[in-house]
Amino acid sequence: MAGDVNEGYALRLKGVTKVFGGIKALDNVDFDVRAGEVHCLAGENGCGKSTLIKIVTGVYRPETADLIELFGEKLEAITPVMARAKGVSVIWQDLALFPNMSVAENIAFDEMVGLRPKGVDHAGMKTRAAAVLARLGVTLDLNAPLESLLIAQRQVVAIARALMNDARLIFMDEPTASLTQSETDRLLDIVRKLSADGVAIVFVSHRLAEVLEIASRVTAVRDGRLVGVYPTKGMTQARLGELMTGHLLEDKVVAASKDSGPIVFQASGLTRPKQFTDIDLTIHAGEVVGLVGLIGAGRTELAHTIMGMTQAASGTMQLQGKPYRPASIRDAIAQGLAYVSEDRLQLGLLQKQSIADNAAIAVLDTLLDGTGLISPAKKDDLITGWVKKLGIKIGKPENAISTLSGGNQQKVVLAKWLATQPKLLILDSPTVGVDVGARAGIFRIVRELADQGLAILLITDEVTEAMFNADRVLHMAQGRIIAAHDPRTTSVAQMEAAIYA
Amino acid sequence: MRDFLKNRQVEFRLFLVLAALFVVLSLTTDTFFTLGNLTSLLNNNSVNLIWAVGLLVVLIAGGIDISFAVASSVVQFVAASLLIGMGGGNWLLGFLICGSLGVGLGLINAALIHGFRIISIIVTIATFNAYFGLLMYLSRGRSIYALPDWWTDRIAIFSYQVEGGPAAELTLPVAVMAVCVGATWFLIRRMNLGRQLYAFGDNPEGARRAGVNLAVMQGLAFGWCGLMAGIAALMQVNIVQEVVPNALYGRELEVLSAVVLGGARLGGGKGSISGCILGVMFVAVTQNGLNLLGVSPFAFQMIIGAAILIAISTSNIDFGKVFASAQGGKK
Repeated sequence: MAGDVNEGYALRLKGVTKVFGGIKALDNVDFDVRAGEVHCLAGENGCGKSTLIKIVTGVYRPETADLIELFGEKLEAITPVMARAKGVSVIWQDLALFPNMSVAENIAFDEMVGLRPKGVDHAGMKTRAAAVLARLGVTLDLNAPLESLLIAQRQVVAIARALMNDARLIFMDEPTASLTQSETDRLLDIVRKLSADGVAIVFVSHRLAEVLEIASRVTAVRDGRLVGVYPTKGMTQARLGELMTGHLLEDKVVAASKDSGPIVFQASGLTRPKQFTDIDLTIHAGEVVGLVGLIGAGRTELAHTIMGMTQAASGTMQLQGKPYRPASIRDAIAQGLAYVSEDRLQLGLLQKQSIADNAAIAVLDTLLDGTGLISPAKKDDLITGWVKKLGIKIGKPENAISTLSGGNQQKVVLAKWLATQPKLLILDSPTVGVDVGARAGIFRIVRELADQGLAILLITDEVTEAMFNADRVLHMAQGRIIAAHDPRTTSVAQMEAAIYA
Repeated sequence: MRDFLKNRQVEFRLFLVLAALFVVLSLTTDTFFTLGNLTSLLNNNSVNLIWAVGLLVVLIAGGIDISFAVASSVVQFVAASLLIGMGGGNWLLGFLICGSLGVGLGLINAALIHGFRIISIIVTIATFNAYFGLLMYLSRGRSIYALPDWWTDRIAIFSYQVEGGPAAELTLPVAVMAVCVGATWFLIRRMNLGRQLYAFGDNPEGARRAGVNLAVMQGLAFGWCGLMAGIAALMQVNIVQEVVPNALYGRELEVLSAVVLGGARLGGGKGSISGCILGVMFVAVTQNGLNLLGVSPFAFQMIIGAAILIAISTSNIDFGKVFASAQGGKK
């Protein structure tokens, strides 16, 4: 049975064009997905991926389309109701689940939707939810409120919910953005299982390594146009990145043999029980030090202590040769440290405020005029200066920060901290949710900053990121720094083996 | 059972506090734990609980309503004028008129909130003022005493003659309250519409994407709250046997406190009938206890205020864990 299902197409689109305000978001794009296939939709932010998904789910109606075909049936247009009835499902990055409701209710929620009053069959709902979870090979507490689950588990709940609706074509938007490596592996296993079941999956992800691992074909889109459809066999990350961005992204080790500058930061014997133990860390001026390891290895906790958000139980720190013992994050910032946190959306930016206000918030006291009020002219200078220096693409500085793409938001966060003229910059997972083109831009800036003499600690989950951008890579496991690697003499494979072994 | 307690921590804690209050008041006063006192507590608080379950539905749907108590006053006044005008009426007419007036006032709130995308607290503060101002203007502040007999007659549904004292009675409002509580429980727990209300309050965008009709949800929540306000209006008259235009002004905060104490979250998506009942009981027993102990009535509001602060600020503490670590420390 699985054999002839795989023959057909779940979706075929030909010559789809969608225009927003005179601009072609999609220009004569073809897209097809075979039944049971794992297909990757690749492209930079704003290339038209989301528009394409919204056309398939009936949210948008294309201006022109030569062919729209769902599961072998030709259609004039797709409506949301039709898409759902035919088994098209989207798992958005924010999951659209209900935190206070139980796991069972979240999975079976769609059967309760509708205006015709009917009773809720709690017991039956649980049985059906359990059956779907069993199909995925997962056990979860069906009565637990969703908010008590880990993000990875919520992801599973969202997939189970799609399956409850008999989904045969599932779009997954950045499903692994906030998952750890082992959670990602488990998710990919589930995706494989679904695919073997005949469910077609369209995977949208900025992590090219996992895209190449899971998908059999990849459709690359750039600026609303189809670049091409390629088998993933034989495809490399560098080649795919090039297809997506249109220019070659060089993935090569940038660590250079140069005289290291004076020591900027030094920690010795730094310990905080249950988080990290006996940390010795030296960072020189002009140096990018990569810090890799599994989630839970204590990397972020270490950064928090360096930033004065938590206090070490023992050990000492020095900043430019002087004892450094920050009492609070304010204190750390005042002494010349800056921290770009991993959770950009919630901690790094004030989403509803303007770009200008976000960039200026850490240095408001330097923007005062003679009367002690914030000088608009000084603020404008600050913004335009950084926008130019970092190549941030913005509309107007007074637009809300939420109007920017992930990469540009991250650059604003950088600008905010660089405005404080730090001596040591700590970057914690700076590229989560940032697409491949913008990612290269961010690391170009990081390198330039280092060349200007800034000391940088780069915490990342992706080994390649550290390898290609740091001068030295430290491996942290279970709260200890267990190895130091030189990117020029260690291969990515060696280092990945060491970390994930 | 453990799951049940884990998911109902607020309710369980409130239950313990309430039980403690019961024991303390039974020991310190000789009047609290008497059939007469307990039945009159129920009679006098039936209206509060009817309001409370209506408000609970609004809170679950992510809204808030400040106007329901004043809406009840409007319903009382209009219904009394109508019924007197038509020569008396009866219970059936009373329920129909009060219920539909209440629903109408609730739907006005819902229409303003949904139609103009204004947050509910602003809308209901506005309607609170508008309803009350209009009522005082139209009634000129005058009370109505000449009400139909059926309305003001005391109807006992349970009666017990205590030796050498007055009879302990449960009256009609208690029965109506029980029906309202049961119906609300059925709506929010057992009906698909109720579950969509929870979802709407929990994650409006997620609910919208799932195809939940947000306009209907808003209407259902405020309509239900209005219906309860209408029924509460009818019962309040049965208890006090008069219509006083400003009698209910200010009661909304007392009810809101009780519902919030019972664990309903102002952000939406959370709240239970059991918590609601316990919250109203807590407020009622505290007030009654202070009365019996001869404490100044002004202390009451202070205590309710403090109770809310304590409840909210401790609701994130997992006492199970604190207890376990305290024990671990001793070893």
